Amino acid sequence: MSGIPHDHYEPKTGGEKWLHSRLPIVGLLYDTIMIPTPKNLNWMWIWGIVLTFCLALQIITGIILVMHYTPHVDLAFASVEHIMRNVNGGHMIRYLHMNGASLFFLAVYLHIFRGLYYGSYKAPREVTWIIGMLIYLMMMGTAFMGYVLPWGQMSFWGATVITGLFGAIPFIGEPIQTWLLGGPAVDNATLNRFFSLHYLLPFVIAALVAVHIWAFHTTGNNNPTGVEVRRGSKAEAEKDTVPFWPYFVIKDLFALALIMVIFFAVVGFMPNYLGHPDNYIEANPLVTPAHIVPEWYFLPFYAILRAFTSDVWVVMFASWITGGIIDAKFFGVLAMFGAIIVMALAPWLDTSSVRSGRYRPMFKWWFALLVVDFMVLMWAGAMPAEPPYSTISLIGSTYWFAYFLVILPLLGVIEKPQAQPETIEDDFASHYPKSGTPAE
Amino acid sequence: MFKKLAISAVAALTLSTGAAVAAGGAGKVKDVDFSFEGPFGSFDQNQLQRGLQVYTEVCAACHGLKYVPLRTLSDEGGPHLPEDQMRAYAAQFEVYDEELDEFRTAKPTDHFPESNMETAPDLSLMAKARAGFSGPYGTGLNQLFKGMGGPEYIVSLLEGYTGETKTQAGVTLYENTAFPGGWISMAPALYGEDVEYADGHSNSLKHEAEDVAAFLMWAAEPKMMARKQAGLTGVIFLTVLTVLLYLTNKRIWAPIKGKKTS
Repeated sequence: MSGIPHDHYEPKTGGEKWLHSRLPIVGLLYDTIMIPTPKNLNWMWIWGIVLTFCLALQIITGIILVMHYTPHVDLAFASVEHIMRNVNGGHMIRYLHMNGASLFFLAVYLHIFRGLYYGSYKAPREVTWIIGMLIYLMMMGTAFMGYVLPWGQMSFWGATVITGLFGAIPFIGEPIQTWLLGGPAVDNATLNRFFSLHYLLPFVIAALVAVHIWAFHTTGNNNPTGVEVRRGSKAEAEKDTVPFWPYFVIKDLFALALIMVIFFAVVGFMPNYLGHPDNYIEANPLVTPAHIVPEWYFLPFYAILRAFTSDVWVVMFASWITGGIIDAKFFGVLAMFGAIIVMALAPWLDTSSVRSGRYRPMFKWWFALLVVDFMVLMWAGAMPAEPPYSTISLIGSTYWFAYFLVILPLLGVIEKPQAQPETIEDDFASHYPKSGTPAE
Repeated sequence: MFKKLAISAVAALTLSTGAAVAAGGAGKVKDVDFSFEGPFGSFDQNQLQRGLQVYTEVCAACHGLKYVPLRTLSDEGGPHLPEDQMRAYAAQFEVYDEELDEFRTAKPTDHFPESNMETAPDLSLMAKARAGFSGPYGTGLNQLFKGMGGPEYIVSLLEGYTGETKTQAGVTLYENTAFPGGWISMAPALYGEDVEYADGHSNSLKHEAEDVAAFLMWAAEPKMMARKQAGLTGVIFLTVLTVLLYLTNKRIWAPIKGKKTS
């Protein structure tokens, strides 16, 4: 393990030595919390703590909700109302859980786009990136199944539409869909398995988070310059870093507290802002809502799913060359999952030798366009599937793929990067000129 | 540059999500100022009691409130009926008891009856199931000050009959300016002066509609007062914590950044 050189835990008292020779758990915790961290990390590096907090919040509130919830098609909706009306503090727990999901996704998107801008995915941090993408996929699965549990109209019809995607797979699609649902349509069997998995997956996520942290504690954090911490000696490394505790713990907690102020204002004063009113109507398989809209955090990928209609030439070409096996519906499904796969492949698609976008004059603009593209797709995903929204979705989807498959590989070749600072210490000193001299 | 991007990203996220909330509802919904709107708004106990009266004497003929326990009528932050009045209110209903296998007089722990008419939807959550308006610019952010708009929708619906009718597939439909699609199968329920308020409050159509809409908002969100209280407490304490952490952070980093610590 080529970690950054730093002090390790030394057991001093007899008791500490006794435990350390049998289970070095204190040492493990010490090394984790005292990890040397680049001292120039900016405010975009707080989202990891926010995400960890979200996971804990969702698990704790979720476990309490399970104590009062009943996963049965006849009782689920009423049991949620029971939580809202009769359980002590139940309305707050439920609203915290509901809005906690939104905070979770807001934080994960900012975390991902931070990684994309500062090149955090590049060698040697590819494994951290891939684990992160797996966590993100698990989060989407968990959130989707959680949204089904209240058994409102959007729960039911969202589940019907999304599981229908699997039915689009040629030949084996319909058996797979039936197997997933536990029957021909979304029903009690579906609700029960979604409940089971919604409880299971967060713990899988927690385990993956531990691996995610383990991975970047091995490589060290990236930082806004993308320049690596010097590791020649402990003295050298200490010029570039400060220990995680207390410097970044307190900084991150400050940011988290500020975000919590806003979060509590939303939960307390407008808890249904991000929800859909139709989900306060009990699921009814006989009545289809006018617009079936997924939760906001799925909208960009929902837009990509719907963008590829049968009159788009790539879809026609794919259909022709496969003899009709790939139709528009299946193409849309492939595009949606493909949009996440190309993002996961970013470490190998990005050919630039410079890590941070800060020193890449052309990349900056393409990246900014990607962020705008993500917003546009999110907006288009909420709109009905008709012109002009379908055209906008198609352009947005095309750019998403073009960014990862064409622009990232090409930029590394044609772009002339700007000069990077020699060391993190230099970068830090340029912000804080007096930092070299002790102030006391 | 990234900081700016991040800020605009958050802004755009909130903007675009509002659009999702905005989708649906094509009818005209007018704004009504209710006492329970905004972070500091609270239910008007007298209005809720009047709304209960309108609900009981008019709406309950067809509609039900099956998720609302009768005992909550005397909860604080709601209509807050005196206990004996609540018990007397409950006693007017007959409910089917599964254990006895027969009908008996309702107890406070029972719920309001279900809808009498199969086509009349339950009203327990109606005020949350209908988003009324979503400004500015479709973001829906005004619900911080105006609520979701469900009660406004109910008022607009009750006042929105034009008097036109048509018969479609043997069903009489009534033209209504608030109902999506414009034609609703519910006959006009309120005309004004349908009920006699004990407190002498005006019983014009406008007031009856507003009172019952307020009552249905309470029925849908009975813990609204407790929730806003918890939200406010959370915001205040977390703000204090934020300030303390800000100062701690500044102090801790000062030697690293070469700044004075005093």
